[in-house]
Amino acid sequence: MDFYVSPSFWFLLIAAVVPAAILGFTGRRIRYYGLVASVAFLLLLFSVNMIGLLYFLVFLVLAAVVTAVVMREWSRGQQRLWVYRLGLAVVLVPLACSKVGAVFDENILGFIGISYITFKAIQVLIEIRDGIIGRLTPFDYLYFLLFFAPFTSGPIDRSRRFTDDAARTFSRDEYAGLLSKGIVMLLTGAVYKTILASVVFAAYTPETLGLGFGAREVVAAVKDAYAYGLYLFFDFAGYSLMAIGAGCCFGIVTPANFKAPFLSCDIKEFWNRWHITLSFWLRDFVFMRFTRFAIKRKLFGSRQTVACVGYVFNMTLMGAWHGLTLDYLAYGLFHGLLLAATDIYQKRSGFHKRYKNAAWYRVASWVVTLNLVMFGFALFSGQAHLITGGLLHGY
Amino acid sequence: MDTDTQLRQDIIALIAEVTCEDDISEERDLDLFESGLLDSLAAIELLVGIEERFGVDIAPTAVEREEMNTVNRIIAQIEQRYL
Repeated sequence: MDFYVSPSFWFLLIAAVVPAAILGFTGRRIRYYGLVASVAFLLLLFSVNMIGLLYFLVFLVLAAVVTAVVMREWSRGQQRLWVYRLGLAVVLVPLACSKVGAVFDENILGFIGISYITFKAIQVLIEIRDGIIGRLTPFDYLYFLLFFAPFTSGPIDRSRRFTDDAARTFSRDEYAGLLSKGIVMLLTGAVYKTILASVVFAAYTPETLGLGFGAREVVAAVKDAYAYGLYLFFDFAGYSLMAIGAGCCFGIVTPANFKAPFLSCDIKEFWNRWHITLSFWLRDFVFMRFTRFAIKRKLFGSRQTVACVGYVFNMTLMGAWHGLTLDYLAYGLFHGLLLAATDIYQKRSGFHKRYKNAAWYRVASWVVTLNLVMFGFALFSGQAHLITGGLLHGY
Repeated sequence: MDTDTQLRQDIIALIAEVTCEDDISEERDLDLFESGLLDSLAAIELLVGIEERFGVDIAPTAVEREEMNTVNRIIAQIEQRYL
């Protein structure tokens, strides 16, 4: 059963929301029922893939054990860094193995949703080490990791925010508002994913430029890049809306994942609007940690160098997370270099500082940004690879 | 001049240094992220500066951006933790 795709999922979701709505409307906490419903949904998700279920359970046990150990270390004031680092490594190993295995078409410790549950488990470990999470009950931890709505593809929630939502009770009016918001998001997301994404994807017909490499072929290639970019948006934003909508029905308001990304006027703004929860997760737990480490140890001469290296490292890692293929790595590197170049340009260019608020400058920035973003999608989809291969081989 | 005033002056000097904006003390409720004076890197420089100068360790995700986006809010966050 695929979440938000299989008809059986939708029937079960409607059935599962009824008890949640009764609890919500009668001012009771939904979280205990929410965990039971989540476990049932996950069992159905893994019912066709027993090896995936096994790997998932192995991950869950490992993550829970290392989190409990690190929590105990920090609450007792022992705070041995090697214990924390070992814990991080244990949680990361299955995801790293699954990415390497995918290169060789092998499933090594991988299961559906492994990325998102790993991001969440790492956030908890890092924030225990930072002293931000002082207490997290086994129930809260399990519910945070297992909540079914965003399980397969996010959005990536944060444990403190999630736990606060899960502990809430609602007045009749509050829950009515949340439920109706959830239903609207579920329906809107379904339209995005099943109708708009499909229609736009039909226009994506990538091919090499051919021997008659002219304006017509270039226009066709640009059309394909735009079609793929729009398809990706409607598919993923649609999925995200449905996941947030389902969450609302269970009293959990998962953060938004997309905010009109194609209106961005520079690439930094784009990453504040596109796949926001991944972008912010990487910002908080990779970019900011890396730059803090680099600044404290004075690894680089200037703050500009720290920022540029940080951007390239952060985004290349993002590309590698998508998959260890040339296309994904090039996509990550492209965005890392773009962010670094944008940072240098915006900080050093007098022209930018003089005109950045002028209407014509913002329109020009929007056009440039949109086309750079679409070129990035041509790298991501493999279209650029196909065209480059065609040019090199003369077809 | 009492300690509190001196601390506030030192914090404002640090923010001015990180944002490269000398007149920062005149607009203490200005949103530093919205106005482009702070970004992710400058925020980290600020946190490292706060740790080195005042001995106050604030982890990158300890405080929401909306709770530390103006001069007054940064002062409040440091004063809460300053011993």
